[in-house]
Amino acid sequence: MTEVERYSYDVVVVGAGGAGLRAAIEAREQGLRVAVICKSLFGKAHTVMAEGGIAAAMANANSNDNWQVHFRDTMRGGKFLNNWRMAELHAKEAPDRVWELETWGALFDRTKDGRIAQRNFGGHEYPRLAHVGDRTGLELIRTLQQKVVSLQQQDFAESGRQDQARYEARLRVFQECTVTRILKTRTSGGSTTGGRVAGVFGYARESGRFFTVQAPAVVLATGGIGKSFKVTSNSWEYTGDGHALALLAGASLLHMEFVQFHPTGMVWPPSVKGILVTESVRGDGGVLRNSDGRRFMFDYVPEVFKGQYAETEEEADRWYADQEHNRRPPDLLPRDEVARAINSEVKAGRGTPHGGVYLDVSSRLPAEEIIRRLPSMHHQFKELADVDITREPMEVGPTCHYVMGGVEVDPDSAATPGVPGLFAAGEVAGGMHGSNRLGGNSLSDLLVFGRRAGLHAARYAAELTDRPVIDEAQVAAAAREAVDPFDETRIGDGPAENPYGLHQELQQTMNDLVGIIRRAGEMEQALDRLAVFRARAARAVVEGHRQFNPGWHLALDLRNMLLVSECVARAALLRRESRGGHTREDCPGMDRNWRRADLVCTYTGDGIDVTRKENGRIRADLLALFGREELARYLTPEELPLATPGPPQQTDDASDSQSGAGQ
Amino acid sequence: MTYQAEFRVWRGDSTGGSFESYRVEVHEGEVVLDLVHRLQATQAPDLAVRWNCKAGKCGSCSAEINGRPRLLCMTRMSTLSPDEPVVITPLRAFPVLRDLVTDVSFNYAKAREIPGFIPPAGLGPGEYRMQQEDVERSQEFRKCIECFLCQDTCHVVRDHEENKSVFAGPRFLMRVAELDMHPLDAAAEAGLDRRATAQDVHGLGYCNITKCCTEVCPEQIRITDNALIPLKERVADLKYHPLVWLGSRIGLRRKD
Ligand code: SF4
Ligand code: SF4
Ligand code: FES
Repeated sequence: MTEVERYSYDVVVVGAGGAGLRAAIEAREQGLRVAVICKSLFGKAHTVMAEGGIAAAMANANSNDNWQVHFRDTMRGGKFLNNWRMAELHAKEAPDRVWELETWGALFDRTKDGRIAQRNFGGHEYPRLAHVGDRTGLELIRTLQQKVVSLQQQDFAESGRQDQARYEARLRVFQECTVTRILKTRTSGGSTTGGRVAGVFGYARESGRFFTVQAPAVVLATGGIGKSFKVTSNSWEYTGDGHALALLAGASLLHMEFVQFHPTGMVWPPSVKGILVTESVRGDGGVLRNSDGRRFMFDYVPEVFKGQYAETEEEADRWYADQEHNRRPPDLLPRDEVARAINSEVKAGRGTPHGGVYLDVSSRLPAEEIIRRLPSMHHQFKELADVDITREPMEVGPTCHYVMGGVEVDPDSAATPGVPGLFAAGEVAGGMHGSNRLGGNSLSDLLVFGRRAGLHAARYAAELTDRPVIDEAQVAAAAREAVDPFDETRIGDGPAENPYGLHQELQQTMNDLVGIIRRAGEMEQALDRLAVFRARAARAVVEGHRQFNPGWHLALDLRNMLLVSECVARAALLRRESRGGHTREDCPGMDRNWRRADLVCTYTGDGIDVTRKENGRIRADLLALFGREELARYLTPEELPLATPGPPQQTDDASDSQSGAGQ
Repeated sequence: MTYQAEFRVWRGDSTGGSFESYRVEVHEGEVVLDLVHRLQATQAPDLAVRWNCKAGKCGSCSAEINGRPRLLCMTRMSTLSPDEPVVITPLRAFPVLRDLVTDVSFNYAKAREIPGFIPPAGLGPGEYRMQQEDVERSQEFRKCIECFLCQDTCHVVRDHEENKSVFAGPRFLMRVAELDMHPLDAAAEAGLDRRATAQDVHGLGYCNITKCCTEVCPEQIRITDNALIPLKERVADLKYHPLVWLGSRIGLRRKD
């Protein structure tokens, strides 16, 4: 058999973005030995691209803010499909997670009285996003990265500062490595069902060498799936690895039909199409206009949000200065609404020359102010599009940005119900955001549930009395699967497939047939094509050798992209309604009966199976945070509370939550 | 508006290599990384290159274009002459792994040598108070995307392997400056003198303020003027006289 390097740790974290690093820090601080495995260099994760901020009800900018308001906004944004317990934990714990970053060296923008400044964002009732200009994700990653390094420095110092290897004694980052399989303990018959986590199998991208890490607990923190779509704001890493690893290990995914198209991506030039234009542009005063110059968002306030948004331009403009007495501009509706509105305007022939709409901040703020508040946007447009956003409007259009769907987890512990030892946090986990995520809720999600996943993975590993043993048959199978693309003889007489070409066809298919607006016929067509792609991917052949070979890497990533694409298409075909990041032209309305259903995907051995599962009832004290009239828009009559319940109770597991300063 | 460009790309590994020439079609609005991707998809599927965001935010795609350290994703083709070949080579200061990918572990090792932020005793989470103007200097340095172009270009190590063990490089000297200027860093209370270590441990003395690092920084951080020179002045203050230092600092400070 091919040579395989062997390592052993207590907890393996797959992914080094916000969730992965936060999980690793937590597990290490619980006293365990932790390995972080990431596809890029340490500190390059997709989290760096997050611009707007971290949503947390610290109430620095508006003292009326609190976790209940944040919870309410999150549920509204997700159209009540959210796992309410996750939304509750998230809203309660986000402030602590932000403050903790300051003690690790983060430098957020400040209020006049020296506290962390908070900015407005779509769907948030109060200014709530802690930020650093428009590079908040970079600050978050750098802070966590530097915290990891300082923990390593501690280990080095404790060991007497002699041996460089001691830096990595208890917390090691395996950078530029890809995990291709979760390994499980052997069950009778050797099937993938049953068994618990025993470690991971992967390869080093640089050398192509295989390795295993034996570990009782694995935290998936791999991010999203955007690279299955043609127009996306996501980096190459977003090939749905964690989603696919979980499926293959026997875990289930939910809400996969919900894919967020961010309303404002760049549309020109073609080579940058899809790159994100932060929502802060609108939060700070930028407005959307069509080619007639009309602020069209006033025409698109949906029924469920009637009365919550400004109805005239004058009121909308007043809101920036006086939020107490005015309603917010409809440009700040949740992302799904804005993306659909832009799509409609372009379709109706009121788009810009390059097929977007205008996003104008130049006529709204002085140039210096724009450069101060939106430095990366100014830089990005100048460098990539030759557009000076202080002088002319930007052209923007929807871009695939985020997947709400993901691994089904226990809300408190981030553990997958079916696979002991497997945890998931961040974008790869599902449920928290329901059918649509609010801007700013991603970074806070990473921190809140990254910490929880690390904590519970550590506890799980510490409580085990025996270390699970890796099944060598699974290692051999994983190694064979990984070298297959080099083996031209395996495909017999059929034509060899180029992984780059296949990837492009897949992206085009998902974009055109399972994109922002969906129809049953097109999704059926997509599923037919996906079946063909799957057969063709089995014949992918790559040149060269295993040392840093991008063609080979892509050939292996295709498996994951095809699996998650099938989940998205199948679940989207089944859900016969429109909600959040799932818009059906043939089923345009939101259906209260569908709100009670989660669609759950599992892997059958050669394809994806989707089943409908009732989701639990929202706790009464949380429902009491909403008016009855509003609830009636989302809930069926039998779900509505009978009487008004008492005030919210504290239901936290005290051992999980720290201080509670934000509660 | 398309045209055929000639690309000369260094291919090889740690044992050696050579240039290979490709002809490739260029479309309007493209950046060099688009062309590298087109080469991978059509002519050189195993061409090794690092990249992530393709938006100038992650600092992965560093290489040298016509001898200049640059980000491949932020170099528009329209800024290069269509009649001359585009020559792409890996970062020169670091060992080649394969093609355009270099071993940048030097930088990670240097990062580890700098003690991190030391939180002030007696201030809990949520109790930090800092003024915007006091955090702005360090914030400028925290814009760094760790592309290591400055590390690559600095002459102290670019052709002087022997200096690598004693010189942290502009990016990490800037990190020392960042922490030194952090309004709440409690290094002094913990018995750590960041200025002294800048000089004695991290090799600040090797820098002779040529500003080459500032010139290549894609984030336009004024590394030399805002981080290295003030740090040198603070070190001087340590060695000579506080009042002299203060005077010279005010006099020297540039107004951008
Ligand atoms: S200014 Fe100093 S650090 Fe920067 S390139 Fe010159 S010598 Fe190197
Ligand atoms: S300081 Fe500038 S050039 Fe140096 S690593 Fe950071 S971003 Fe790159
Ligand atoms: S790919 Fe991220 S900076 Fe170029």
